[in-house]
Amino acid sequence: MNDLMSVVDWSRAQFALTAMVHWLFVPLTIGLSLIVAVMETLWYRTGNEKWLRITKLWMKMFGINFACGVATGIILEFEFGTNWSNYSWFVGDIFGAPLAIEGIFAFFLESTFVAVMFFGWNKVSRGFHLASSWLTALGVVISALWILVANAWMQYPAGMEFDPAQMRNVMDSFTDVALSPVAINKFFHTVLSGWVLGAVFVIGVSCFLLLKKRNQEIAYSSIKVAGWVGTVGIVLTMWTGDGSAVEVSRVQPMKLAAMEGLYRGECGQGLVGVGILNPDKQIGDDRDPMLFGFEIPKGLSMLAKHDTEAFVPGIEDLIDGIELTADGDTIHTVSYADRIEAGRRARAALARYDEAHAAGDTEAMAAAVNDLKADYKYFGYGYLDNPEDAVPPVALTFYAFRVMVMAGGYLLVFMLAALYMVYRRRSLLDNKLVQLCGLATIAIVWICSEAGWIVAEVGRQPWVIQDLMPSRAAISAIGSGSVQFTFWVFVVVFTMLLAAEIGIMVTQIRKDADRDLMA
Amino acid sequence: MEALQIYWWALISLLGALLVFLLFVQGGQTMLCMAPNDTTRNLMVNTLGRKWELTFTTLVVFGGAFFASFPLFYSTSFGGAYWLWMLILLSFVLQAFSYEFRRKQGNILGRRVYDIFLFINGAVGCILLGVAVGTLFFGADFTVTKANLTSISNPVISTWGPSHGLEAIASWRNLLLGLMVLMLARTLAALYFLNSIDDGEKFGNDMKRSVIINGAIFVVLFLAFTGVLLTSPGIEGSTFTAVPYKYATNLMQLWWLGALLAVGVVMVLWGIVKTAIKPGYRQGIWWSGTGVVFTVFALLCAAGYNDTAYMASNADPTSSLTIANSSSSYFTLKVMAWVSAFIPVVVAYIAYVWYKMNAKPLTPGELESEHHAY
Repeated sequence: MNDLMSVVDWSRAQFALTAMVHWLFVPLTIGLSLIVAVMETLWYRTGNEKWLRITKLWMKMFGINFACGVATGIILEFEFGTNWSNYSWFVGDIFGAPLAIEGIFAFFLESTFVAVMFFGWNKVSRGFHLASSWLTALGVVISALWILVANAWMQYPAGMEFDPAQMRNVMDSFTDVALSPVAINKFFHTVLSGWVLGAVFVIGVSCFLLLKKRNQEIAYSSIKVAGWVGTVGIVLTMWTGDGSAVEVSRVQPMKLAAMEGLYRGECGQGLVGVGILNPDKQIGDDRDPMLFGFEIPKGLSMLAKHDTEAFVPGIEDLIDGIELTADGDTIHTVSYADRIEAGRRARAALARYDEAHAAGDTEAMAAAVNDLKADYKYFGYGYLDNPEDAVPPVALTFYAFRVMVMAGGYLLVFMLAALYMVYRRRSLLDNKLVQLCGLATIAIVWICSEAGWIVAEVGRQPWVIQDLMPSRAAISAIGSGSVQFTFWVFVVVFTMLLAAEIGIMVTQIRKDADRDLMA
Repeated sequence: MEALQIYWWALISLLGALLVFLLFVQGGQTMLCMAPNDTTRNLMVNTLGRKWELTFTTLVVFGGAFFASFPLFYSTSFGGAYWLWMLILLSFVLQAFSYEFRRKQGNILGRRVYDIFLFINGAVGCILLGVAVGTLFFGADFTVTKANLTSISNPVISTWGPSHGLEAIASWRNLLLGLMVLMLARTLAALYFLNSIDDGEKFGNDMKRSVIINGAIFVVLFLAFTGVLLTSPGIEGSTFTAVPYKYATNLMQLWWLGALLAVGVVMVLWGIVKTAIKPGYRQGIWWSGTGVVFTVFALLCAAGYNDTAYMASNADPTSSLTIANSSSSYFTLKVMAWVSAFIPVVVAYIAYVWYKMNAKPLTPGELESEHHAY
């Protein structure tokens, strides 16, 4: 059992490392592909040479980054098989489809037309080249769509049923999988956040050009395009973020409770604006969960339910199976102890079905299926030892959520300020402090973006598939030493990759800043 | 259901066949060290670099399509042959950034290191992908026990031998296939360079010599592999018993596969021979490339059709994977079949872009004037 848990931990660490490194490159690809396509469109429509130079400047950055996204993306797909083989069988019938569709619709589109983008300037017409740039951007978005459909399905499994004969879940509604509200929200929230990241990158690097006092016109024009993309992006990211909160409260209330460090909820629940968690707090004790906290009255009820008086359950409420009505009356739901019992009954029923199937006893098979169906909703809980195992790491989820929200708020101000300055008070953009602030915001937007994924993925632990399969049941039968070894190999490769990418980008930006790009 | 399983195995076989053709990129990467000077090396890298993502994407789609249509294979092979797949994966990761980074200032490691990465991907990628495909013909040490799902302490359904794929690399039959794939990729690469680079007569002669040498070694390895395969037993899917000469029988009983294989082999050889004997001939890649697609498609189909276990378990024959016992559900295969209707559109735009981008061979002058070069 110890080795099993060690394999689980190292496999999780390896997947988390890969996903976080992958996510350093992907949002920049999403944002830059759109911004470059817009810039090239401006050149196509106006014929102004300036826009061609600007397009090629940012396309160079896009190219350096794109390769890194590709390199790290393939690892994630393979790791579902190499490290999570049980998962691959248990839900492969549903989960594999979005991955295959992503490949057929998106990857070929990207890989075909990105070659035209980079090498086709003298080989195809202007119109064909522009179409290639837009098709590459479209491919990037389609790719994100299907990956996020797959990810959303893990958080909110829909459109499937369990087949005991095959001991796996099978799809019964493709539209329920592809168009689940969780998937739609996640798609828009994530892609739009990529627009913001790309826009901040362009504005930040433009600030560096201004700092060097060369290529001002190119920098101002870049800030204008990026400012609009980023402003639209951040406003819509916030709007879809609100939608995400509602979905999380509906389908993953434990994640929401962890995001808020909320142990006992109430009607008209406040939202912790800023706070420090009490590290000694344990589930079930009387300690205050917060050492310090500033609360927005009724904020969480509003955020999660769009109702200032709604009840929002805390971690202990969920474990105990308690909810309150608007009048304060208690409603008993299914406690986590009962869910664990139900999960164990489901697992036992599946074992009985297997024995009956082997013996050809159809009557016993039918009885086992009935028992299994009754409790299948809580199948994954049967692998847990106690209710506390179903609680995600609260501190990491809580702080990551705050970092994301606060950085997001700052980015809204940043984008509006960038637009104001570039259109109305350009002299402010020549201020060194403003330029340094623009540069520093590049780091902030990446922290914000990574924090968002930490909330999404750490907050859903221990589940790889919500309520149906915990990570400990999803792994491959490999030794933990093997996974540790590959983990460290990936650390070395990713460090090298990141160092080289940053080195190339910084050198390129410095080079561009030191020469006249219009010459 | 059976028709959909057959259809999806055909699509997997087609993707596998296209992947083997596109491995000319990897083959070309192992030939960069032969370039007489930097200009020629850069021409070779840049002509390959405009296609590397296509190979990479085909590999990813091959994996994704296998996952969607035959998830038990994905679960068993990837999770079991951990080291084999991890090595393949790492070699492709090294490739993905090496093209973009190799000549960029500030790349930290220097051009030579990135060229070595490209060589590693070329050699290791080809050989180990061949080894992985070899397990489809010659089996592997694994068991599948779905009932393990009901156990808390040991819930994993697929277990592999303790070497986790290293034993597959050590198998001489798998290695034979791997080396054959490498030599084929190098032959195709030389044909591709002839077709897409204009760097003077000497370069053309060098590439022609490469076609002849690599092609000859490939033919020897292909004959050896074919001999081993046709005399090997296979597992019958309905009874899980070993049947002698199973693959030879499949190619005879499914005569159209045998015919396709024969046509493919002739086309591959014709591409090589015509390039060798006809001065100035540059179109050999299309003969040999199409022949490779036909040949590999026929071989992969023969591995899964006619009631054959496409991945035999040497540890427990009843655990062997067939297209019937490892596939997705009827519903998923049907949905994915609708999705696959768009594949001709994808093929059409890839072909169109290939035509536009490769209309004229790459020259040193063109490379110098490029805005973006590897």
